[in-house]
Amino acid sequence: MGHPAFSVSHREQVAPMSFVFYVLAAVTLAGALAAVLLKNTVHCALALTVAFAGLALLYLELDAQFAGFAQILVYIGAVAILIVFAILLTKGSETPKDGVYSKNWLAGLAIAAGVFAVLGWAVLESARVLPGSGGTPTAAPAVTVLQIGNALMGRYVLPLEIVALLLTAALIGAVIVAMHEKEETR
Amino acid sequence: MTPLTGYLLVAALLFSIGLGGALTRRNAILVLIGIELMLNAANLNLIAFWRYGPHPEALTGMMFAIFSIAVAAAEAAVGLGLVIQIHRHAHTTDLDQMNRMRG
Repeated sequence: MGHPAFSVSHREQVAPMSFVFYVLAAVTLAGALAAVLLKNTVHCALALTVAFAGLALLYLELDAQFAGFAQILVYIGAVAILIVFAILLTKGSETPKDGVYSKNWLAGLAIAAGVFAVLGWAVLESARVLPGSGGTPTAAPAVTVLQIGNALMGRYVLPLEIVALLLTAALIGAVIVAMHEKEETR
Repeated sequence: MTPLTGYLLVAALLFSIGLGGALTRRNAILVLIGIELMLNAANLNLIAFWRYGPHPEALTGMMFAIFSIAVAAAEAAVGLGLVIQIHRHAHTTDLDQMNRMRG
């Protein structure tokens, strides 16, 4: 925002990580942690919505406007609502008496910590081995929705059709799987 | 710390949080929530590499992320349908109690 000339010089001189990034990353990670750790399942779904919104704002911060708004539409508008519906249909909002964590939660926690250690080591080590890559604050790529639409209808038309087929199959499959059978249920 | 490193670290942390949730929770819906977080971490990686890559005008990473969002939506729909059907069948979504096929 602001004056264009100022923002360009700002982009070249400023320290690599911006304040906005730290705030958005903190919000996203806090939402994700709450979604995983909270006891009440409905609270988990709402915290997941916060994490999705933080991710959408991170996409906007990365100049990926289309992906950011698609994230808001698809994840906050559809997936989070779907999860809330599933929680209500399965009466999952009642907290079970014998704890919410699995019996072997310690092993799961150790595996997650190990995966994060490996990933973090790989990222930091590659940043050390290849300095200067990914750090250059290039100008924001001017990607318009027109270009994205042209690419979707031109170069990426076959994946687009396959995704359309997949979504149709998933729609029909989800309806058939979740459909109420008549005398089968107790 | 360069911007790309920051985004990659956030994505790695998000992936680990999702993995920990998927492995430690007992409710099947919470496991699906963990899987959704892992998919989103991958999308963040794709967008970050697209933004700081050498050719952002080629739109490759952005397209990959958009298709990944679509596939993740299909996965969520089918997964939650399966959870509802399992609940109807076994009257629970507790994964520790679904041990009928244990060998």
